Amino acid sequence: MPLFDRLYNFACWLTQDRSEAEDLVQETYAKALRGFASFEPGTNFRAWIYRILRNSFLTSRSGLKAKAAVELEEETLPAAKDTPESILLQRSDWELVQRALEQLPVAHREVLLLCDAEEMSYQEIAATMSIPMGTVMSRLARARRALRNAVQKMEQRPPDAGSRS
Amino acid sequence: MACAEWSEKLDGYVDGELTPAEEREFNEHLRSCAGCAAETLGRVREKQMVRAAASGRFVADAAFRGRVQKSVARWPSIWGRVWVPVLVSLGVLIVAASLLFMISRRRASEQALLSELVDVHVATIASANPVDVVSSDRHTVKPWFAGKIPFTFNLPELQGSAFTLVGGRVSYLRQSPGAELIFRVRQHEISVFIFQEKDLAGGGDVRSLHSAKSFNARSWNRGGLVYFAISDVNGADLDALKALMNSAG
Repeated sequence: MPLFDRLYNFACWLTQDRSEAEDLVQETYAKALRGFASFEPGTNFRAWIYRILRNSFLTSRSGLKAKAAVELEEETLPAAKDTPESILLQRSDWELVQRALEQLPVAHREVLLLCDAEEMSYQEIAATMSIPMGTVMSRLARARRALRNAVQKMEQRPPDAGSRS
Repeated sequence: MACAEWSEKLDGYVDGELTPAEEREFNEHLRSCAGCAAETLGRVREKQMVRAAASGRFVADAAFRGRVQKSVARWPSIWGRVWVPVLVSLGVLIVAASLLFMISRRRASEQALLSELVDVHVATIASANPVDVVSSDRHTVKPWFAGKIPFTFNLPELQGSAFTLVGGRVSYLRQSPGAELIFRVRQHEISVFIFQEKDLAGGGDVRSLHSAKSFNARSWNRGGLVYFAISDVNGADLDALKALMNSAG
């Protein structure tokens, strides 16, 4: 099965729920199978199948909820100058980043995942999300800023769970 | 702090999305600007950190993987999508190429047949004794061939036409005997060769035979025989003679 592990990981990040992610992956493969004729050879297969997964998610209940939350959030995001320019990694670790990612609105999380975890090009991301390249770039910049904000906040106020050493 | 003018290119640099020229410029700037260099380093490590945090974090259990695997057992291979059209077009190419080859071979064999006949025709006319049976009367020529060739043919009534029958001789084509008849029209000789179709198997359909250099040619099949008319007269005369021959018997 092409890209199974990556799609599953991506689905979990989107839904933040294992059983929902399983449904999503299953639905994605079923749709891909049915719609295979619509895939044009020579175009990007990865972007095609990620787009199916993403669209399935966005039309699901939790997807619709997440979408509504994002639109609100993007307008109220603080301006660039208030945010740190990069995460101070000496003091952060990947578990902190993981928790920060979980807190991000789904629109920011997904663009970071596609760009940094899946290492898609801007063009692939644009094809996956069905948005223009320029929007990919601005959304990515915003998502990174939001991630830095979240990490900074968590460093100032470490969670009492104490999962970090 | 990164310089304002460069900071907007930071994402593109880190994601490898700058053009080669932009990237070169950026690298040059980094060498001379400690602020941008530090910031860039931070961004690169940030990207690595996100990758480490996000990719492969969730792993499907075997049961789920098996379930999906089963449901997509019919998954068409992406290679099929790619290779089937490639193989099909290759197949079409091969068929087209062999067709072309066959056509050109047939054309070559027709051409060879034509030049063979033209040679015979020229040799006949140049000969001191062009014909073995001399006649202007079809009733002496036809019986002369009896016993000399393994088939019979009919000759047309030429009275009232522009053609006269000079005579005939036995000719050979592809080791098979046939008749060569010499007609005359306005001081031009026309050779009409008659062979059995079965003897020329492989010579094939010669209906496309038309002309070679200064000679015109016509060929047609009738009653198991192949007729070739070769001459330096124009095509219309050959067509008229062909019509006459076909009207015979």
